[in-house]
Amino acid sequence: MFGDIFNAQFVASSIRVAIPLALAGLGGVFSERSGVINIGLEGIMLTGAFTAVAVTNFTQNPWVGVLAAIFVGILLGLIHAVTCITFKANQIVSGVAINLFASGITVFFCWLLFNETQIMAKSNLPIWGLPLPNIGEGSTFVRNIIVMFAHHSPLVYLTIVIFILAHLILFKTPFGLRLRSVGEYPQAADTMGVNIIKMRYMAVMTSGALAGLAGSFLSLEQAHFFVKEMSGGRGFIALAAMIFGKWTPLGTAGAALLFGVGEALAMRLQGVLVIPVQFINMIPYLLAIFVLVSAIGRATPPAADGIPYEKEIG
Amino acid sequence: MKSIKKFDYYVLLEKITPLIAVICGLLVGAIVIILIGENPVFVYKTLFSYAIGNRDGWGNVLFRATPLIFTGLAVAFAFRCGLFNIGGEGQVYIGSFLAAWVGFTFTNFPAFILIPLCILAAACGGALWAAVPGILKAKMGVHEVIITIMMNWIAASLSFYLALVYKAPATEAMIAAGVKQMIPHTKEIAQAARLPRLYTILNSINIDFPAHNQVNVSFFIAIGVAILAYYILWKTNLGYEIRAVGYNPLAAEYGGISVAKNIVLAMIISGAFAGLVGTNEVMGYKYRWRQEILSGLGFNGIAVALLGKNHPLGVVLAAILFGILNYGGAIVNIYTKGRIPRELIMVLQAVIVIFVVISDEVVKRLIRQRRKVV
Repeated sequence: MFGDIFNAQFVASSIRVAIPLALAGLGGVFSERSGVINIGLEGIMLTGAFTAVAVTNFTQNPWVGVLAAIFVGILLGLIHAVTCITFKANQIVSGVAINLFASGITVFFCWLLFNETQIMAKSNLPIWGLPLPNIGEGSTFVRNIIVMFAHHSPLVYLTIVIFILAHLILFKTPFGLRLRSVGEYPQAADTMGVNIIKMRYMAVMTSGALAGLAGSFLSLEQAHFFVKEMSGGRGFIALAAMIFGKWTPLGTAGAALLFGVGEALAMRLQGVLVIPVQFINMIPYLLAIFVLVSAIGRATPPAADGIPYEKEIG
Repeated sequence: MKSIKKFDYYVLLEKITPLIAVICGLLVGAIVIILIGENPVFVYKTLFSYAIGNRDGWGNVLFRATPLIFTGLAVAFAFRCGLFNIGGEGQVYIGSFLAAWVGFTFTNFPAFILIPLCILAAACGGALWAAVPGILKAKMGVHEVIITIMMNWIAASLSFYLALVYKAPATEAMIAAGVKQMIPHTKEIAQAARLPRLYTILNSINIDFPAHNQVNVSFFIAIGVAILAYYILWKTNLGYEIRAVGYNPLAAEYGGISVAKNIVLAMIISGAFAGLVGTNEVMGYKYRWRQEILSGLGFNGIAVALLGKNHPLGVVLAAILFGILNYGGAIVNIYTKGRIPRELIMVLQAVIVIFVVISDEVVKRLIRQRRKVV
């Protein structure tokens, strides 16, 4: 039984499940490092998921669908930025409003364009990587390695590239230093000539783009359909991953993988154990609470996280 | 004199920001309606005339407003303590389920015991579910936002499981037709646990009111809870302490108020308010627990609380407005044969929330500038 659950397929599905969490979590990293809390990630993911499927079905090109999801994510990020940065409104409230908006607008357009609340994706991205050898041909070891690491959606490889880039940008470039300083001590950054407003806008819109991409992966690559409320709290689990990862890209990726293992395990356990499926469905959420509680005392948010910037005058 | 007059004008403006937000929201809605090729004047006329043009409409509006008053009060109460209880959804699930459980378990109790017992169960279920994030926040400093959301999903799974455990037996008609129950719901609650519909009362005093209208006594419970929330917040020591923690936790702690204790208490009371949704949905409407009838109430409660400026009276008014939009939206959906999906109302509500927070901030800034000038 043990071998039935923990095999190469399990590793591969853990990675796949972790991708949207990691991308949205990285969005959270950018936003909160600049000092803006973005709990609208959940809604942006949902809207991205819908947009990806809808645009793919209209254009027959999944790549256009992915780009559209990113674009819509940036737009919603822009709304959050205008509300929180320009109008200095409460960031949690704005995020909640974006989530409400997303729940409504996705189903609204589902009815309007497709006349149903679940739409199948008519086309998917091609699998990139090495071809899978048939069972029995070649060594099992090579086959397992390919299953685990070299037979995925292009977005999986893209995510890895994005994470390496994000790490380099945040910690090895002057831009990253400025971004982090804006979230830690905006007054000092302002004195040094950093444009706080511009930096925060860029960060929040980046987080929107990443959450939109995460949503497109969820619908196009993982589920192959869109259904209302399909994000299922993943935007918030992504925030838990961000906190557990101490607001760093690599830490967030690690935490997202942990959640990926949890969710993949939950999927595997269905039908294997006698525990009712409803309890297995709770695993990712219980894991998130457990992770958050255990991160306390070890994870400190950026000092100016959640505080609108008021320029001192006179 | 002139400056004083202007100052008053801005204070008035601050009071009516929700109204401005609603108008802006309706304007955005009108643009959306035009974009999908319909006539906004016709849509809004249909929406409002059916919702508030006659007694039946009002009954439906109040029926839809009732659960929103409960969840709106829940969010507003926690917010007064500086907490975001966005887990109303889960608290509603658990509270309603417990009310149903008491209702179908103690079937031989008389109504005067069973009804209070069911109400108490609803409140306790919600309170219990909200206590967890409250304690985690108070003792360990874990942010309540993510925990309450996670608790929502756990509650959804748990109550779904419990609904299967206490599943209603299939009726003979269903067995004969070979239909399987798709959405599991529990057994029916006892007759003695049911809250009377308003039409029974209104008809007995010779007021004409349609019998199919679902508005029930739970509406008065909601109004009672709104008064209770006002009383606790502004007339008791506990309310004073809760608001002090909300204004400035450090100052409150320095003044000898236990921040941790008040956070837990505020969450428990908030959760109890949300759990009381069960009185409307279970005791007054479906007479059993069923998952689908409840979705979205917790989140709409946030919008209601914001629109009502976290004041009990404002919450009641905002809930009634949302009741009008929800019921009218459903009617419009039917009248336009689905050309205007009812989710338009959800979009409208989100837009209103964004406008409320923006106009609040803008007016606050205007007042601050005004004060500096004066």
